[in-house]
Amino acid sequence: MTKLDSKIPAGPIDRKWTDHKGHIRVVAPANKRRIDVIVVGTGLAGGAAAASLAELGYNVKAFCFQDSARRAHSIAAQGGINAAKNYQNDGDSVYRLFYDTVKGGDYRAREANVYRLAEVSANIIDQCVAQGVPFARDYGGLLDNRSFGGVQVSRTFYARGQTGQQLLLGAYSALMRQVGKGAVQMFDRHEMLDVVVVDGKARGIIARNLITGEIERHGAHAVLLCTGGYGNVFFLSTNAMGSNVTAAWKAHKRGAFFGNPCYTQIHPTCIPVSGTHQSKLTLMSESLRNDGRIWVPKKLEDARAIQEGRKNGKDIPEEDRDYYLERRYPAFGNLVPRDVASRAAKERCDAGFGVNKTGEAVFLDFSSAFERYGKVEANVRKIENPSPEEILRLGKEVVAAKYGNLFDMYENIAGENPYERPMKIYPAVHYTMGGLWVDYNLQTTVPGLFALGEANFSDHGANRLGASALMQGLADGYFVIPYTVGDYLADDIRTGPIKTDTPEFDAAEKEVTDRIAHFLNNQGTKPVDDFHRRLGKVMWNKCGMARNAQGLQEAIAEIRQIREEFWKDVRVPGKADELNQELEKAGRVADFLELGELMCLDALTRNESCGGHFREEYQTPEGEALRDDEHYAFTSAWEWTGDAGAANLHKEPLVFEEVKLTQRSYK
Amino acid sequence: MGTMKLTLKIWRQSGPNDKGKMVSYPVNDVSEDMSFLEMLDVLNDELVRNGDDPIAFDHDCREGICGSCSLFINGEAHGPGRGITTCQLHMRKFKDGDVIQVEPWRAGAFPVVKDLVVDRSAFDRIQAAGGFVSVNTSGNLVDGNAIPIPKNDADSAFDAATCIGCGACVATCTNSSAMLFVAAKVSQFALLPQGRPEARKRVLAMVEQMDKEGFGNCSNTGACEVECPKGISLEHIARMNREYVAASVTKDR
Repeated sequence: MTKLDSKIPAGPIDRKWTDHKGHIRVVAPANKRRIDVIVVGTGLAGGAAAASLAELGYNVKAFCFQDSARRAHSIAAQGGINAAKNYQNDGDSVYRLFYDTVKGGDYRAREANVYRLAEVSANIIDQCVAQGVPFARDYGGLLDNRSFGGVQVSRTFYARGQTGQQLLLGAYSALMRQVGKGAVQMFDRHEMLDVVVVDGKARGIIARNLITGEIERHGAHAVLLCTGGYGNVFFLSTNAMGSNVTAAWKAHKRGAFFGNPCYTQIHPTCIPVSGTHQSKLTLMSESLRNDGRIWVPKKLEDARAIQEGRKNGKDIPEEDRDYYLERRYPAFGNLVPRDVASRAAKERCDAGFGVNKTGEAVFLDFSSAFERYGKVEANVRKIENPSPEEILRLGKEVVAAKYGNLFDMYENIAGENPYERPMKIYPAVHYTMGGLWVDYNLQTTVPGLFALGEANFSDHGANRLGASALMQGLADGYFVIPYTVGDYLADDIRTGPIKTDTPEFDAAEKEVTDRIAHFLNNQGTKPVDDFHRRLGKVMWNKCGMARNAQGLQEAIAEIRQIREEFWKDVRVPGKADELNQELEKAGRVADFLELGELMCLDALTRNESCGGHFREEYQTPEGEALRDDEHYAFTSAWEWTGDAGAANLHKEPLVFEEVKLTQRSYK
Repeated sequence: MGTMKLTLKIWRQSGPNDKGKMVSYPVNDVSEDMSFLEMLDVLNDELVRNGDDPIAFDHDCREGICGSCSLFINGEAHGPGRGITTCQLHMRKFKDGDVIQVEPWRAGAFPVVKDLVVDRSAFDRIQAAGGFVSVNTSGNLVDGNAIPIPKNDADSAFDAATCIGCGACVATCTNSSAMLFVAAKVSQFALLPQGRPEARKRVLAMVEQMDKEGFGNCSNTGACEVECPKGISLEHIARMNREYVAASVTKDR
């Protein structure tokens, strides 16, 4: 049995990373030229890693399934990126960012990793500014900040509502610079379908050229998986349509342990589901909670009238509105962390207070913000005794300048003008804290196989704070892996190019081609999406915002059933040697059907509630998550044994030396 | 709320060497809440069930930011409506009985791969030619606030940087020119102090690559700006032209 070794460096927490960097091995420039590294995925983590490793002198091959490296789903992140710069002089520090992140993750993250993340966060901002990322600035020309959920300082840097786009395009431009030099070979429209392990080390991948269908072998001395999260196991999520678990899952089946698969983030502010045709859900940035107030009617009859279309939000007088987050959490109000906000919305809607026809929506209302900003703006413009209409108009202008693109996006999708009627929102699957288990060096349990960004499990514990995903992706790619991969590769300076005409590559390729042949020859009756939708429904209902033992057991049985039917009855048209989007989906859904079961198993095994994992059996009298630190202060690391339901659980104990474990309170 | 019946006329082309043709498909039960791509999902679902080959189209984020989707609908890039991509186009923009033409981007530099999917890798090559600031990863760079940038410049640079690289500008242009795409990148960096040191080299290299890829010239019709889902302004083309002229007449570049 593999023993988990997190390789956390010794010493005080604020010296660990510096000391580690100073002591690990490096590869000399002349030797880097003899080493090949494969990077799968070109989002923030992958793009940053591929560019940085090529700058150092490694030969990099980068892969993405999209038609360009610029399209990875990091691009859709709206709100911002955290960094402990303390530009606002409001008491921020590396320690506070570290502390907020550990607490926000409900004390289920590894302290040393989180501290390093907070430490390098400031470098990220400097790096991006130097690359020409146009962050928002104030009138003095300095970088602007805003606040985000779960913290009491303003440390979030942003570029209007498109921060992810700007950061990704920064990483993409760094990557394309290396492509132009020939230091990175770019393989777009390529999907990784297996990792090849030789003598216990990751030595390459099998990839399918999505245009020609050709199955390709690529050898390398190390493989970096930067392939994002697996939220699409729920079918409906805020992830892109192509986001998938396949690369991580293949790695899992080749020996990489899967960490905390059940930790899923359900984001509180998404546009509600409109019908069965729905293909994905759209997020409304958490930054809206800075100015919007969340409420439902106090009276059931008002809620019913709204559900039936007899009333709308504007008809409910102020005294009949229940601003439930402000009521329950006076200290943080509408800015409680995501898991808390989502559960509170579900609680109100389950009690019958939902505000759309499905009863699964709450209001996000900007009328107070219009008034507040309108008054300030009237003062700024020296308008004496402004009329209420004038104040409202000015206030709407200010809000439009801050969130205009989000309001437009909402109107487009929901068909309602959010300046006139309060927005309706509901929680949706957004991010997965779980992922491949990695040590302090971001190495999985397979030597030479690394996982970065959302694809690993490492930094967010059981709940991720807003604006921390971008931070982690870039931290891993720019500032962690360039050091830690060198320590591993120092052994490979005399290995020479990795040969791909070996039995290991033969076997991996055969598995891939056999599976493709199975799909195409299956003669089933139902499209891939049928099975994906069914899986998603089981996951959402039984392994979603709230879980219980009975539901999880049922879910496992149901998923097994769907999986069996899938292999017998899925219909994949077309051929192997052409662009075949149904074939691509089939492979991804096959892997989701195994992952889903492991997620349920993980949720069933963790007999406590923490962060995004809320087991109904374990809650405080006020309905908050009730942790069990005595028995569950560990990371679950699952080992594949040939069947998703028979995975082997390894535990990495979480030792807290800096942060005192307390009941997380935002009251 | 009623549903719509529509007739779709869609470009089908099995591969780069196939001639391709428009094929007509009826679609029933279209709800106005669907996005255009969800409507195509419904059609594809039916095609697969009937054993037919579904229609290939590029798409990913479905929230208007990745730049994957690329349909020419009723003669307009990203269809009717301004400031949106195809994935943000909702069926409430259409009415019962409508006949809708759906084609891929048409441009020599964007060859058709299959059906509605085209090859836009020319954009990547233009970016690789100079669309970057030559700065390596380093934890020892100057502080992000060391160089204040006037808010107006930062905002204008951001406006240019919102380009999603979808190619609507090229598809819309009567000359298949990529000037708006290239100008957006050139302009973003030209407006920021970090981009100035390489500004001359950059604009020359990117324009050279653009020409090499076979994109046409700009004749200032302005259609690209109208169809751009991010509303990238023609002013950036003007700025690029100024940068280009200045770079061309300078020896020291």
